[in-house]
Amino acid sequence: MELIRPGTHIDFMKYRKAAFTLSAALIVISIVALFVRGLNYGIDFTGGNEIQVAFSKTVKTDEVRSAIGPVGLADVVIQSIGEDGDNEFLIRTPAEGDAGDKTAQLIEGALNDTFGEETVDIRRVDVVGAAVSQDLKQKGFLALFYAGIGILVYIWWRFKFSYSLGAVLALVHDVIVTVGIFSITGREISLTVIAALLTIVGYSLNDTIVIFDRIRENIKKAAGSIDFPSLLDSSISQTLSRTLITSSTTFFVVLALFLFGGSVINNFAFAIMVGLVVGTYSSIFIASPLLLLFRREKN
Amino acid sequence: MDRFKLKGLLILAVLIVGILFAAPSFFGSKGVPQGWIGPKEKIKLGLDLQGGMHLVLRVVADKAVESRMNSTASDLKAQMVKQRIHYSSADSDSPETLRIVLRVPDDYGKLADLIRGGYPYLQEADRSSKDGTMTVKYRISDREAAAIRSQAVEQALETVRNRIDQFGVSEPSIIPQGGERIVLQLPGVTDPERAKSLLKNTAILEFKLVDEEHSVQDALRGNVPSGSYIAYMKDGSQPILLQQRAVMTGDLLDDARMRIQSTYHEPYVEISFSREGGRIFERVTSENTGKRLAILLDGKVYSAPVIREAISGGSAIIEGRFTDEEASDLAIILRAGSLPAPVEILEERTVGPSLGQDSINQGVVAMIIGGLVVIAFMVVYYKFSGLIADLALIMNVVLIMGALAVLGATLTLPGLAGIVLTIGMAVDANVLVYERIKEEIRLGRTAKMAVDAGYKNALPTILDANITTLIAAIVLFQFGTGPIQGFAVTLSIGIVASLFTALVLCRWIQEWLVNYQKIERVSI
Repeated sequence: MELIRPGTHIDFMKYRKAAFTLSAALIVISIVALFVRGLNYGIDFTGGNEIQVAFSKTVKTDEVRSAIGPVGLADVVIQSIGEDGDNEFLIRTPAEGDAGDKTAQLIEGALNDTFGEETVDIRRVDVVGAAVSQDLKQKGFLALFYAGIGILVYIWWRFKFSYSLGAVLALVHDVIVTVGIFSITGREISLTVIAALLTIVGYSLNDTIVIFDRIRENIKKAAGSIDFPSLLDSSISQTLSRTLITSSTTFFVVLALFLFGGSVINNFAFAIMVGLVVGTYSSIFIASPLLLLFRREKN
Repeated sequence: MDRFKLKGLLILAVLIVGILFAAPSFFGSKGVPQGWIGPKEKIKLGLDLQGGMHLVLRVVADKAVESRMNSTASDLKAQMVKQRIHYSSADSDSPETLRIVLRVPDDYGKLADLIRGGYPYLQEADRSSKDGTMTVKYRISDREAAAIRSQAVEQALETVRNRIDQFGVSEPSIIPQGGERIVLQLPGVTDPERAKSLLKNTAILEFKLVDEEHSVQDALRGNVPSGSYIAYMKDGSQPILLQQRAVMTGDLLDDARMRIQSTYHEPYVEISFSREGGRIFERVTSENTGKRLAILLDGKVYSAPVIREAISGGSAIIEGRFTDEEASDLAIILRAGSLPAPVEILEERTVGPSLGQDSINQGVVAMIIGGLVVIAFMVVYYKFSGLIADLALIMNVVLIMGALAVLGATLTLPGLAGIVLTIGMAVDANVLVYERIKEEIRLGRTAKMAVDAGYKNALPTILDANITTLIAAIVLFQFGTGPIQGFAVTLSIGIVASLFTALVLCRWIQEWLVNYQKIERVSI
């Protein structure tokens, strides 16, 4: 069975202007979204209390709200999660100084008083103090930074600097667009989402490296003068079926995780799905055309 | 060709060892069957999967420095009186400094000698004269302050360990984390409030005499006699006038137990002193018979009974309208020792057991569905070679589980997601090789040549692609915490395992097919 017929030659380089335009637009939209809408940071990064609670009877968001009303909290976010029949909610309040504050305890007490202890199942309580959240934020972004540097150096060592730069630019593109989509959809940025971004960094590179490897091999094979754009096209074409197969098997398992993996892992799976699509696109339409661009600059 | 067979045996050995180590985790809660001779260690589950509590504490070590300076101040006062150094005040005016005002500036020489001889850790920071008095400021040396801080953290760690041990948590993990932080993992703890109050009490036990010569009402009006201060009963209601000096402290405690008073069934805590403590207690009670002795814990008065007679048995009781739970926790805290400095809670994450089990179920469902899609795809697309890749995929998951068990690594929810992800990615190496083999076949190579060339040509690409992911995983491990590290671990193990299954196991099977079974067409 063949996904891409052998000998297929697609003129990818022909679309490079269109691709650059599209990516530039995506990046601009992402950055605008970041400035206008910002990111919905989870309590890992903002500090505060988050309580996940399930009821064994039908309870509406408003009922939860009025139940915890007497606690007298300023900014409470109550969000229904899971399927309709789950009666499961996330209650979130901002940090009030020390994580040792009693907010979570008071909310639990209020829920128990209103609905009765036997119908209330406190499934998760997270309390993150300001000191820790600052730490986590810093560490999260440092991790992304160091991973980028590490990969830049590795590819530089294995290939040439221009390849390395192309790969890392494509990577930065992937991360910005994924983060932009999180900003637009208002999905929460938590520690696990940062982990997902780092995974994307690793994975989106896979595709790029496989294509670069093929480019290098084809350059070696082709003695004498090289029609570089055409060489890029055939390198991408030759590896296209592998790129599509691997991306789709990974996409399918992550889709399974997204659909069946539960609420805690949902945003993680979403980030990887987005990253996979964007990463596959960028390794074909951004990373390789960038090589062409750098080569022109040199000549 | 013997090398080939030997290689096969080694691969088989790796697989069998992997299966043996992974097996206990598959048996579930029933445990391994009778007569099982393999390893019995199951994969450790993270708190997010088994339920429990994760806490990050910070020891406020500055407070230990501060209290050291306070005790130095009162010690110094006594010494200055002894050596006839005329001072008007000697107080610690900031956590790290001490301010002494001399009424006779000429006494400075004697003071300097005293400090040099008895308090070498104090350094003179500032000196000024005004209106016939001299003010000298001393600062604790950085080295001493650092030593006090690190000692406070160490001792706090010890106390926290003791308390958790006595509280009865199975397999707790209590580790210091850079500077003043302590990270606790307490599996199975379902009452977070109780656990927290158990940890937060500094548990400084003091015995102080009640000042009965002056009236509390007078003191409340602002007339606090020198040497006394106003304290409050535990429930915060009643003020009581106490002498500042503690006649005894909890350092000399030997044991503390919860007891139930028989008539009213009220719990109380009985403490027994060490031999030296018992002697001091006997002397204090005999010297102060008829007076009231207040028992304070963390500055709050629990009770202030009248001393009827000298107490010689070396034990005392603390009452205070406790519930059974409170009394038993108080006994634990007293037994485990006091904290040298208060702790604050920086981070607290509690997962209930129901959510943990749900997460496991959902993760496993996602893994099975995702896995089946990939397995089906590989067979449809690559036929018999796809089946070999599928075998490798299953072995890959088994090897990851075995490695987690043998390394004692913790499986977290993101870690579970990492395994699911690996299932999707693990076939990548196979796909790279198979696409190469197809190309070679199209160039008219024989089955044997195509297989050899396929594996050989795909190798550098596969290594490069996996090493970059490994770099990301290692960075993740370095910077991540708990659950995220779990993800980094499964991801890294998954990468290594998939390299083994794809490049060693699959290769061996396919070489065996073309070399020994002499197949002429690769089913791919």
